[in-house]
Order: sequence, then structure tokens, then C-alpha cells
Amino acid sequence: MSQHLAIDVTGLVKTFGETRAVAGVDLKVPVGAVYGILGPNGAGKTTTARMLATLLQPDGGEALVMGYDVVKDPDAVRSVVSMTGQFASVDEDLTGIENLVLIARLLGYSWRDARYRGHLLLDAFGLSESADKQVKTYSGGMRRRLDIAASIVITPEVLFLDEPTTGLDPRSRNEVWDIVRALVSAGTTVLLTTQYLDEADQLADRIAVIDHGKVIAEGTPGQLKASVGSGSLKVRLHDPAQRPVAQNLLEQIIGGEVQLESDPAALTSSVLQQHLVPEALGELNRNGIYVTEFSLGQPSLDEVFLTLTGRPAEVESEATEEAA
Amino acid sequence: MTVKQMDTKANESLRFALASGTRPSRPNPVSASITFGWRAMLKIKHVPEQLFDVTMFPIMFVLMFTYLFGGALAGSPREYLQFLAPGILVQTIVMITMYTGMVLNNDIKKGIFDRFRTLPVWRPSFLVGAMLGDVARYSMASLVVLTVALILGFRPDGGVIGVVLGVGLVIVFSFALSWIWTALSMVMRTQESLMYSSFMILFPLTFISNIFVDPETMPSWLQSFVEVNPMSILTTATRGLMAGDANMMDIGMVFLSSIAIVAVFGPLTMYLYNRKQ
Repeated sequence: MSQHLAIDVTGLVKTFGETRAVAGVDLKVPVGAVYGILGPNGAGKTTTARMLATLLQPDGGEALVMGYDVVKDPDAVRSVVSMTGQFASVDEDLTGIENLVLIARLLGYSWRDARYRGHLLLDAFGLSESADKQVKTYSGGMRRRLDIAASIVITPEVLFLDEPTTGLDPRSRNEVWDIVRALVSAGTTVLLTTQYLDEADQLADRIAVIDHGKVIAEGTPGQLKASVGSGSLKVRLHDPAQRPVAQNLLEQIIGGEVQLESDPAALTSSVLQQHLVPEALGELNRNGIYVTEFSLGQPSLDEVFLTLTGRPAEVESEATEEAA
Repeated sequence: MTVKQMDTKANESLRFALASGTRPSRPNPVSASITFGWRAMLKIKHVPEQLFDVTMFPIMFVLMFTYLFGGALAGSPREYLQFLAPGILVQTIVMITMYTGMVLNNDIKKGIFDRFRTLPVWRPSFLVGAMLGDVARYSMASLVVLTVALILGFRPDGGVIGVVLGVGLVIVFSFALSWIWTALSMVMRTQESLMYSSFMILFPLTFISNIFVDPETMPSWLQSFVEVNPMSILTTATRGLMAGDANMMDIGMVFLSSIAIVAVFGPLTMYLYNRKQ
């Protein structure tokens, strides 16, 4: 069974003084998947990833990566994993190519092969033009790409990406996402920690929502959303005066709660059974109520987090706290 | 259209890069240490300012002590220089060993340290490599000190061979000594506190020695300290080598204390390094 799991974690614990940063985490990550660990800052995501990458000793529980125990056989784990940390793990004084040659050499490449491999990766990550510039002159997105390039000098079986897009602009973020997708198509298992709900939604096959060192929910993005409700229908009417009638009809047919929006022509109905939506729209039309806009949306993972923890994912405020 | 094409091209090269990333066999400890040494050399190349203290301090020291104390202590600056030059070499290089710890302390705080620790390489190679880079730095500083001393009139009787052997001995001892700073750098939180504690150790050690004056005029309790101070032993041995009348006993003592330092602080550093979180 465990051969099919890239990561198999049971009851993992890490304590820092009085705080239990990780308080009994279980994770089962199948080979070839992108697995997202989602949670606000300080939830224990990074600590979990660092234990799996052999950078931290667990205080309890068991963790296997590709079948190797992180405590008993850390060297074997190191030979199958690669980690891109939260802070760029490249040498700022060195140039891009020097950084990659350094890592390639440490992995056992000859000087010649290391240079070849380095240039190949710089090319693949669109960094060729800056190969001979010091990394301290790179933009945040370039640095992050170089960082990931350094992580895949040897294509790892398991890649840990700790908040890979924190602090990046949207364009660089999309670039990183594309890289992750390419990695997965090449067969690498990716464990991704993130505090961005849409990032987990975009990339992950399965997500573990973690809070206060514990997994509070686990499943596919779809399952997590379904646990909150299946979505909502937004409708905008041609004539605001018809809103009360429309509200009545929607409540009757869809059977969900209907909210009136601040826009006097708009209303939103929660949807439990999606097949009722076309019927409801048809009924509005038959009753002479003209709809100018409608959209059927899935709940966001923000709502998921709110439902699971009873509080919103305070990404911003906690991020500032941790930085301070 | 063009953007799309570029994307596909980039994606293809990425796929190719991924597909060709097969693992070579692990590097041996020597090769890994040399690679880390190469990194240290690159840092000197990219941040040449760090060589400032390696070159300016020795020049300052030689000039200052030779002309300030020379006349009073030995009759003339030129005569004093024959006594001082090997000693000032010892002091300069020993002071520079501090940087090993400071560079390491700085590295550890950065993300790159995590990267190194997830690589399946012989773990001490990171430290050994950094020290190999330092050896280059020590050699450069030695060259500066000796050049200035020679210009001012230092004429060692041991000739080129004696001088080279003397420098070699100082570098061997300094390499050993730097393990103390690597151990300290694992414990100290900031570079500043590390620098102060290194100074606290090095200042008395280099000044309460026979580097600047013959201990004969000192009170006996101080003399007994100066005699066992490893800096004095190193200075005596270096003077001997450069003057061509080396005492094998002194040289043996230097090697012995170097081995002792590495035997204690090497494993201690590795222990602290492996526990570093």
C-alpha cells in the first residue's frame, strides 16, 4: 500500500517550547499528485514541510517519503526530494548560472555537465539573458524561477514548494503555476503549501486544510466545496420592480435561501441541486421577468475556510504578525 | 499568436530539461568540499570589498608597530622589523579567521543553507569548503604582510623556503583555529555578538604573547601565561622557520595544538550544525 504513496504521514508532531506547531498531522499523498496544504500563517504548514524535507526533527509520529523514513533514513529521503523554501534559497552574490552549477556540482555532475545542465534550465525558465548577472539584481519572479530551477537540477521524485508564490505579482504567479503543472506532467509529486485559496484550487488534486497544527478537512477541491454547499445563482433583472416576484419564484423552484443584493436589480440564491437552475430561469422568462445577467458560481475556498473554522482566513493580518 | 508560440517553446524546453535530469552518482567528500570552496572564491570575486580588511589592516599594522615601537624596543625600526614581521603575520592571519564564523553565521540565516542541507552530500563539506576559501584569503593576506615587510627592510635568513614554510605553518594553525568560530557561529544569534565574542578571545590572545615584545621584561605570572599561549608557540615556530633555525619541538607543538583544536571543535561544530533548525 505505502508503495503507492509518495508521502505517508501518521500522527506527526512538532513542539517549539510550549507551542505545538504541528499537533498530530496525518497525510496520504499518492505518487504523481499535487497535494496542497492550505492554511493561514502560523498554522503549521511550513513546519510540516520542513520535517518532511529532513530539515526539522519531528517530536512524534511517523513520516515516510517514497517509503523512506525521514528520521531513520534522512539521506535516502534527501536523494528523492527537493525543497524550495519560503525565502529564496539561492545565493544572491552569485550569478544565475553559478548558482545552478553549484547545485549541479553538489549533486555529482562534472563541471562540464553542470554548466550544460545549468544553461539548459536557465533557458527553460526564460533566464538565459540574466545568466551572468548577480541574483541580487533579479526581480522577485526571476528569483523564484531560479529557485525552482535549482530544485529540479535533478528531477526530484517529490518536490516541496513552500508558499511558492507569496509576494509575487500575478504574472510571475502564473509563470510559477505553469512550471508546477509541467513538473507534474513529468511525473513529480508536488507538496505545495499555500495561504492562497485560489492557488490550492488551481493546482492541487487534493487539499488538506490545516489550522493550529491539525488537519481540519481533507479532500479534492470539489469535495471541500461540496461540504459547504454546491454554489449559488446570481441573477440580474431588467426591471428592479420585479425583484420580489423573482425572489418568490426562485425560492419555490430552487428551494434555497434567496438574498437581495445591494444592487436593486440583483439577487442571489443558494443552490443545492444544480439541475433546478435552468428550470428556474425558464420560469422567470415565462412570467415576463427578463434576466439581463446570470451566473452560477461554486463557493470559494474562502467560504470553505470560514465554514470549517468559524472564522475567515486572516491571511493579511497574520502575515504581518509573523513578519514583525 | 507569438506569445502562444513562445509559451509552447518554453514549455518544450522545460519538459526536455525535466526529462534529462537523471541523477549522477553522489559527489565524494573532496569534490563536494572543492565545490563549496569554489563558491567562496566566487564570493571574493563578486564582493571584492571583503578583501579590504585583508589587505589594509596588515599594511596598517606593519607600518604602525614598526615605526611606533621600533626605535624604543629594538634600537631602530629596521631591527625591530626582523623580530616583528613573523609575529605580525601570525596576528593578521589569526584575526582574519574570525570571518569564517561570521560568513557562516550569515549563510545559516539565509534560505540557501536549507537547500544545502537537503542535498545528499557529505555534510562537513559545506564547512570545509568555506574554510578552503579562507585559506585563499589567508594566503593573500600573508603575501601583503610579507611584501610590505620586505619593502621596509625585513631580511629573513631562512630565505624563500623558510618564509614559505612559515606561512604554511600559520595557515595550518589558522585553518584549525577557524573551527572554534564555526562552532561559535552555530550558537550565536547575530553576527555582531559573534564578532564581539571572537574579539574578546582573540585580542588578549594575540596581545598577551611574544608577538610584539620579548616576554623577558614581563612579571613572572604574565610570562608563564605568554609561554603557554598557543599564539606565542606559533610565533616562535614561525620566527624559527623564517630565520632558518627552526626548533622542531615548537613546530611539533603547533601541529599538536592544531590537531587538538580540530578534534574538539570539529565534532562539536558538526553536532551543532546537524541540530540547527
